[in-house]
Amino acid sequence: MDKLKNKIKDELKLLGKKVINKIEKKENPFLEVPVRSLSNVSYDKKSKTLKLGENTSKRFFFNVAHSKKFLQTVEVASICKNLLEEGKHASLRDVFYMAKRTIPNTKVNLVDEQTETDKSLEDLELITEFSREQLHVNANKMGSVVGKVKISDRGDNINWAKLGSGGWSIPSNVEEIKFEEVKANFVIYMEKQAIWERLHEDKVWEKLNCILVTSQGQTTRGIRRLLQRLYDEHKLPIYVLTDFDPWGFYIYSVIKYGSISLAHMSEKMAIPGVKFLGIMAEDIDKYGLNKHLIKLNEKDIARLKQMKDYEWFRDNKAWQKEFEAMKKLGSKAEIQALSARGISFISEKYLPEKIKNKETID
Amino acid sequence: MEKEVTAETLAKQQREISISEFFLKNKHLLGFDNPRKALLTTIKEAVDNSLDACEEARILPNIIVKVEDLQEDRFEVTVEDNGPGIVKEQIPKIFGKLLYGSKFHRLKCSRGQQGIGISASAMYGQLTTGKPIIIVSKTKKDKPAHYYELQIDTKRNEPQIIAEQIVEWEAEHGTKIKIVLEAKYQKGKQSIDEYLEQTAIVNPHLSLIYTNPEKQKIEFPRATNELPKEPKEIKPHPYGIELGILISMLRDTQSSTLQSFLQNDFCRVSAKVAKEICDKAGVYERSRPSRIAKQEAENLYKAIQQVKIIAPPTDSVTPIGDELLLRGLKKEINADFYASVTRPPSVYRGNPFIVEASLAYGGDLQKEDSIKLLRFANRVPLQYQQSACAITKSVISTAWRNYGLSQSKGALPIGPVVLLVHIASVWVPFTSESKEAIAHYPEIVKEIKLALQDVGRKLASYIRKHVRAKEQRARASLFENYIPELASSLSNLTGEKKEKIQEDLLKILKKGIPELEENGQIEK
Repeated sequence: MDKLKNKIKDELKLLGKKVINKIEKKENPFLEVPVRSLSNVSYDKKSKTLKLGENTSKRFFFNVAHSKKFLQTVEVASICKNLLEEGKHASLRDVFYMAKRTIPNTKVNLVDEQTETDKSLEDLELITEFSREQLHVNANKMGSVVGKVKISDRGDNINWAKLGSGGWSIPSNVEEIKFEEVKANFVIYMEKQAIWERLHEDKVWEKLNCILVTSQGQTTRGIRRLLQRLYDEHKLPIYVLTDFDPWGFYIYSVIKYGSISLAHMSEKMAIPGVKFLGIMAEDIDKYGLNKHLIKLNEKDIARLKQMKDYEWFRDNKAWQKEFEAMKKLGSKAEIQALSARGISFISEKYLPEKIKNKETID
Repeated sequence: MEKEVTAETLAKQQREISISEFFLKNKHLLGFDNPRKALLTTIKEAVDNSLDACEEARILPNIIVKVEDLQEDRFEVTVEDNGPGIVKEQIPKIFGKLLYGSKFHRLKCSRGQQGIGISASAMYGQLTTGKPIIIVSKTKKDKPAHYYELQIDTKRNEPQIIAEQIVEWEAEHGTKIKIVLEAKYQKGKQSIDEYLEQTAIVNPHLSLIYTNPEKQKIEFPRATNELPKEPKEIKPHPYGIELGILISMLRDTQSSTLQSFLQNDFCRVSAKVAKEICDKAGVYERSRPSRIAKQEAENLYKAIQQVKIIAPPTDSVTPIGDELLLRGLKKEINADFYASVTRPPSVYRGNPFIVEASLAYGGDLQKEDSIKLLRFANRVPLQYQQSACAITKSVISTAWRNYGLSQSKGALPIGPVVLLVHIASVWVPFTSESKEAIAHYPEIVKEIKLALQDVGRKLASYIRKHVRAKEQRARASLFENYIPELASSLSNLTGEKKEKIQEDLLKILKKGIPELEENGQIEK
């Protein structure tokens, strides 16, 4: 472990050295960072994941438009180096405050918002090829999990089935946890905390013998990595449960193929085998959700169109069918709409039927 | 039963319209539309007269204007100059008789084209307050000063002398007038304050002291001791003449033959050209001008347009000159940059004219507002009818965006600019009797636009340089402030010495930023 840490530290040091070399040669120092946008992301049909292309952009210090970003990235590199040396972990928010200060003689702050240090960290991941977690920076814990699984984490033994109503909260870094016993047949990941709580209260994990995982909104890296480990190491099928809207579909897309902004992390996090459980177009008729639809707004429609055109969905007939159906319907549906049929309708009828009949989209 | 209308009954109603009735019915044509404008017109007439008189006598003008509020909408206007004075016999006629003066039908650059003379103001004062005009004038140091109180006999258009005496006056020579009139005083746009300020700009040789109704004394100092070149009087050019004027010139001429009439009464007509005109018109060149019939006159008029005649001499037009224009602008407007251009003389319809433009940029001027446009004709500010004027049209149709100002379509540009346009001509073409807007002759519009483009280019190069320098300074200081931060981050990251890194970075900065300005382009 220490060997790896030293390697990471050396990589950060190298970044600094390269900049200093340029400066000594009286050249305009720059950082070369791969471009993180759709134009530089492609779908790799073989691995079924999103891959970052070869395009890079140079960020110069002596350029008004780049200067501050350049400074931010070097500053964050130096913060990470300190964390590694001290053997401490910081949150994204911590890093923001460690970098935040007013530059002397100006009214300018080195960073004004956390997104700036977050972006710098993503740059460092790309430059050093180490993940944020390996640089000792963790995201906030955002997710919960429950199921018949026993793990050990930093020497503590934990049973996911015996942690009360809150379940186990998933840390940002799950690399070091060890699975001791996994007695579940599959995993359901859901977009919404409220649904997770409903299913947990109804003991669905016990009845269907599965693991229930949630995060609030977009899936955090820790959860994606946890899902991947359950899939890879324990061969558990993974199902995704989201709203019937473009944003829900994209949550599924990110788990399965990787995300555009983190295309460089696809290898570590994408799970090509996940399946979409719902809500899908045919559920609407089947479960009588017609009266509980919400009209698509302009943003939804634009996003839907983008989704339709994504390389990885373009030739997927099942998904194109969903997109078409949503467009035709002009509406979206939330998972909670199922509650209209009864508070535990989702636990007692919807999920058991869907799982039993294997009604999923790949 | 209705009364039968006959020539006899009509004749009973027909009578001579008195000059005062005519005046009251047409006061809008004469610049007395409302009490506010009446005050402006009165001061304008008096100041313009003083300036013209001083310049003709080659005296550097010192003018004192005082406007006193007498309450109940009455104001007393006093204008005093150090001009040549007026001989005793002329005083009653000049001030007590409408349409009397020396400036009508004269082709010469003078202010007098404006309005119908100071006697109209005197009449307006008399009609609204019943007070006579007071004049004091002195022609030489050892001559007495004459004091007059005059009224106009409105039926006969003749001066009525109310009082006449010899008084003591310490001035060596000059004229002082006092008119009491019904008026309204208001500052801001189209005010007398604005008129006097603008007059000071285009007359840098003028020293003016103005006391406003609020008893504030404002001094406009002289910026040059150089008097404007004396304008030459010229004969009309055939191209500029209208048929009616041609007919009356034929009637009044001293020449005995048509040939000599054309040669002597016009400029640029040689014996050859005169013969050509007569031949084209089918009129015998030895005919007596007074015997030319109306039809023949019309043929002559048409022939003139077909014959090639060289442009009139242009030395009759006296511009202010770009250097003096700049001085005038600098003394009245506090700005960062001034530019000015005087175009070479040009000709419209046989009348020579010169366009000048100058501008002031930055400083105290408002950034967000439309530019301030000052229009002048023969050194007289044009304060009304801005939108009808060829100057305004030319400014609007110039692409100011090319010169660093923002501008929406069909509007004046926006920016911290005072733009001045002056047209000098022996005959300035106005759109109407009120003489506040210049007519849209293509030759005039073209010259104005060329002048605007010229000052525009000067402005653009200033803005470019200025803005670039400012940006460069900001950039340098930005990097200067970032350098210690970067040096300390790099030092912590690598263990290298902060001071060394910092020094090296500062060296790069000194080497010059422009060559470092590489854009972060995407590379495959």
